[in-house]
Amino acid sequence: MVLQLLVVAAGAPLLVGLMRQIRARLEGRAGAGVRQPWRDLRKLVRKEAIAPHGTGWLFRAAPPLLAGTTLVVAAAVPLVTADSPLDGVADLFAVAALLALGSVALALGGLDTGTAFGGMGASREMTVLALVEPTILLAVFALSIRVGTTDLGAIVIATASSPLSLISPVSLLAAVALAVVTIAESGRIPVDNPSTHLELTMIHEAMILEYAGPDLALIEWASAMRLTVMLGLFAGLFAPFGIATAGAGPIALLVAVVAFAVKVALLGGVLAAGEVFMAKLRLFRIPELLAGSFLMALLAVAASFFLA
Amino acid sequence: MAEPPLERAKSPGVPELAGSVQIRHVDAGSCNGCEVEIASVFGPVYDAERYGARLVASPRHADALLVTGPVTRNMEMALRRTYEAVPEPRRVIALGDCARDCGVFAGAYGVAGAVGDVVPVDVEVPGCPPPPEAIIEALRGMTGR
Repeated sequence: MVLQLLVVAAGAPLLVGLMRQIRARLEGRAGAGVRQPWRDLRKLVRKEAIAPHGTGWLFRAAPPLLAGTTLVVAAAVPLVTADSPLDGVADLFAVAALLALGSVALALGGLDTGTAFGGMGASREMTVLALVEPTILLAVFALSIRVGTTDLGAIVIATASSPLSLISPVSLLAAVALAVVTIAESGRIPVDNPSTHLELTMIHEAMILEYAGPDLALIEWASAMRLTVMLGLFAGLFAPFGIATAGAGPIALLVAVVAFAVKVALLGGVLAAGEVFMAKLRLFRIPELLAGSFLMALLAVAASFFLA
Repeated sequence: MAEPPLERAKSPGVPELAGSVQIRHVDAGSCNGCEVEIASVFGPVYDAERYGARLVASPRHADALLVTGPVTRNMEMALRRTYEAVPEPRRVIALGDCARDCGVFAGAYGVAGAVGDVVPVDVEVPGCPPPPEAIIEALRGMTGR
């Protein structure tokens, strides 16, 4: 579990660097290198921390809260090992609620600055969040019905022991729904553009415009970890191969780390390559996309009852 | 396609920034000639991002201000406030002849002065507009890559 935390914490900025590098290569640029996000973080930590005039404790509390909730989620979700000491308390609901808590903290921090863009970003984030959270819950429900528990580790172990159960309309519908909300939750194209400079089109970036130095480093690091955790959860639920179980030896753990890194890098690569060929959706079309994914998740739950 | 840099930058760069410079571009009254060159610096041909430089959307995220044009009266206060919003350590690049000494706009009624008259300037890039190579040279002097 400690190993899983370390892998996510150290690997998340590398994943972001890898995705930027893939985008740069596909756009015909050389790119800054995979380690550039770590260089950015190292520099930001050394910089002066500035809080704008008129901001209160909410503004300062948001980055640690976001990073803290993300770390707990990274410890609870089966990424490298399905055996988590948090198993008793951290099931699907806890994970979804922790992710929501982090988003809400950041949205409140954005509101606290009192700037037009901070409030706009916060309201947009809440719109997306309200549509994303039920879909995450429903999509994983469809998979948990087969196992009879909402414990994510148990779902992954059950799927790993009978991989053929993945080939069903239930898994397909749930996978599509979860893929869409993973993209929305981590703020990638077509829902949000992480590299935009146009304030009017921002969602995530608009909330963090006023953060500087170490606070910004925490937020960037937490966002990278959220992306890693969401991609890892997706990979764990629909390709649970190589994930270590309770009492696994060091070799099994090593295999699990490598398998996790390969799966997440692959998913991140596909996401980055897809982004190059896709434009961002209009803001008012995003609810349609998310409602569509919610419908998929609902159909997956219905199908899991009828086909069981 | 742009290729990885052949040799290291001549200067060691700004040590506190350690190979990562986020830049906020401020147009203080430019004719947009310099902006076209900046756009090409970050495009596929010159690709300043491979040296660790990146444009950002907020001065709070930035390490350096890239100021173009003579400072007009309307932008004087805005430029000063933008400079104050950048966390230390911060640098200012005056890009183009207008930013250095007001260029052809010297003495015009709407011009408050050169960039150096409003905020302290660390690096100057001459030219009207400066060629992308000169801008890259200035940026590499900061990232040290």
